[in-house]
Amino acid sequence: MYVYDAYDRALVNERVAEFRDQVGRRLSGELTEEEFKPLRLMNGVYLQLHAYMLRIAIPYGTLSSEQLRMLAHVARRYDRGYGHFTTRQNIQFHWIKLEELPDAMAELASVGMHGMQTSGNVVRNITTDQWAGVAPDEIEDPSIWAEVIRQHVTLHPEFSFMPRKFKIAVGASSHDRAALRIHDLALQLHRNEAGELGFEVMVGGGLGRTPFLAKTIKPFLHTRDVLSYVEALLRTYNQFGRRDNIYKARIKILVHELGVDAFSKEVESEWQSIKDGALALDDAIVADITGRFSYPTYEDLKDNPSELVATRNDRAFNTWFGNSVAKHKVPGYAIVTLSLKPEGGTPGDATAVQMDAVADLADRYSFGEVRVGHEQNLVLPHVAQRDLPALWRALDAIGVAMPNVNLISDIISCPGLDYCSLANARSIPIAQELTRRFRNLDLQRDLGRLHINISGCINACGHHHVGHIGILGVEKNGEEVYQITLGGKADEDAKLGALIGPAVPYAQVADVVEDIAQAYLELRQRPEELFIDTVKRIGVEPFRERVYATR
Amino acid sequence: MTSPLEQKKIKIIGPVVITANRVGDGAVVYRRADGGWTTHLDDAAIATSSSGARELIDAANADDLRAVGPYVAPVKLSDSGQVRPGNLRELIRLSGPTIDLPVTFGI
Repeated sequence: MYVYDAYDRALVNERVAEFRDQVGRRLSGELTEEEFKPLRLMNGVYLQLHAYMLRIAIPYGTLSSEQLRMLAHVARRYDRGYGHFTTRQNIQFHWIKLEELPDAMAELASVGMHGMQTSGNVVRNITTDQWAGVAPDEIEDPSIWAEVIRQHVTLHPEFSFMPRKFKIAVGASSHDRAALRIHDLALQLHRNEAGELGFEVMVGGGLGRTPFLAKTIKPFLHTRDVLSYVEALLRTYNQFGRRDNIYKARIKILVHELGVDAFSKEVESEWQSIKDGALALDDAIVADITGRFSYPTYEDLKDNPSELVATRNDRAFNTWFGNSVAKHKVPGYAIVTLSLKPEGGTPGDATAVQMDAVADLADRYSFGEVRVGHEQNLVLPHVAQRDLPALWRALDAIGVAMPNVNLISDIISCPGLDYCSLANARSIPIAQELTRRFRNLDLQRDLGRLHINISGCINACGHHHVGHIGILGVEKNGEEVYQITLGGKADEDAKLGALIGPAVPYAQVADVVEDIAQAYLELRQRPEELFIDTVKRIGVEPFRERVYATR
Repeated sequence: MTSPLEQKKIKIIGPVVITANRVGDGAVVYRRADGGWTTHLDDAAIATSSSGARELIDAANADDLRAVGPYVAPVKLSDSGQVRPGNLRELIRLSGPTIDLPVTFGI
């Protein structure tokens, strides 16, 4: 976990004071909304259907227990007792009052949290694998490099008014848990043949109305060059990215229209002029930043302790263990995913009670550390295997031990028309109905790994294009209708889903998904063939026939 | 529902009101005939012509201190004269999310 230095703390506190003054001037009428809007957006304050919304960054998805307790406090004191974890390792409060925002921000700043660069045409919160630093297949902790870049792009004057927002993700494992290829810029850490550490650089990914997967423009970039190369890339985007049309302003359009080769030549040209300058990282700088990350002092433990082995006779525990517990890089420890996807609940929502309880459990069992994943679940990254039975009982008591991680009810969803001013259709009630339809855990386990992603508009905050089953709500003649795609995925083999046919009405969406699930059970070659592999093997046509045969 | 952010010119085919969000807390408000704002849709000024709607929205736009982002929203009038939101988006703005909020769900 990274510990902010005095510079960071001063920066956050100064921003709170600045925003307090701006809010005061807005409330007194000294600032018009036109003048105030860009100022509030710089602090993650949006205006939604019912109220202002505050989006708070959780850099590379890492929270201390102290920070999570503060989020619980803010939820309770300034909002309606809950928060919503998003698909980009942020948390949103949907009922916050402008009049109270400066006080809420001051309290958040006391634990190093803020909403800077969670909105606007800037580099947004840099995301990574929620298992960073503990995944057994990891090259090196990617959070360090996310932090190196965060420090460079935070309030960077040259990148404060880009053509459009810019999202960066960093990965370091062979299995991509950070949805790298749907980002404007993705950096995949790996070693070259000489054993040197560097990044594969992928650019131009993004969903929305024109979805693209990121393309590799540099197979190996030495880590010492990461800042100069990111700088060159952002400069190229700043210079050539379109500002005349918001729908064509993202870097994915520039890369597509210019072509990958031409774009990378422009970046290369800019990079050559700056690569050996001030931005070349020396070992001391990296060591200094790495040194501000604190890591647990693990005990010398063995895998499969007697406490764990004995409890695995309990069927409910064993089911949860098989679903929600993953191998840790340190023997005797485990990575535990906490499902925020209860039956009938809102994906990604956590109450203040749950947040406080998870913070306490993190202190007791996970060295005070909690992670947030883009799948809208939480993670306790450092749990001793001997503590798993006690932890499971405690998690079950607060409703976050559903063994549905990566199953059909582990739905990724945006807030949709129930909250969002951009949405055309509701997302959450669709997700809730699906969790009820598939409440039978044996059926969920039989269906196996199956990701449903739901977005309430074409902006695709629910990442529907990369759902194994993607659901997009649109409006047609004043009614909510939903387009269904199949075969998308967001991992190292990322793919965009294919539309199966005409949109279906709100009331039929759950029926359609049930038909698709049933078709899969009948069409798979063997029980071990995953849904996504069946779609890859036979295409969407057999599913289309099944869904539309009676509609 | 078509976002009011895309609303460019006023062309109405039925009764409308002017709605916005209150500056201090973002609450949904409706323009009253006396130039004030109310959280009660029943108290909103209703326009049935483009010129009437234009008059209301121009006045609302000039009231930047109390309300944010005013726009023209459709309403339905019952036989008894009760005013109801004209589409799902406006119904959700008036009545809140169509789902149980997490504090009332589970623990």
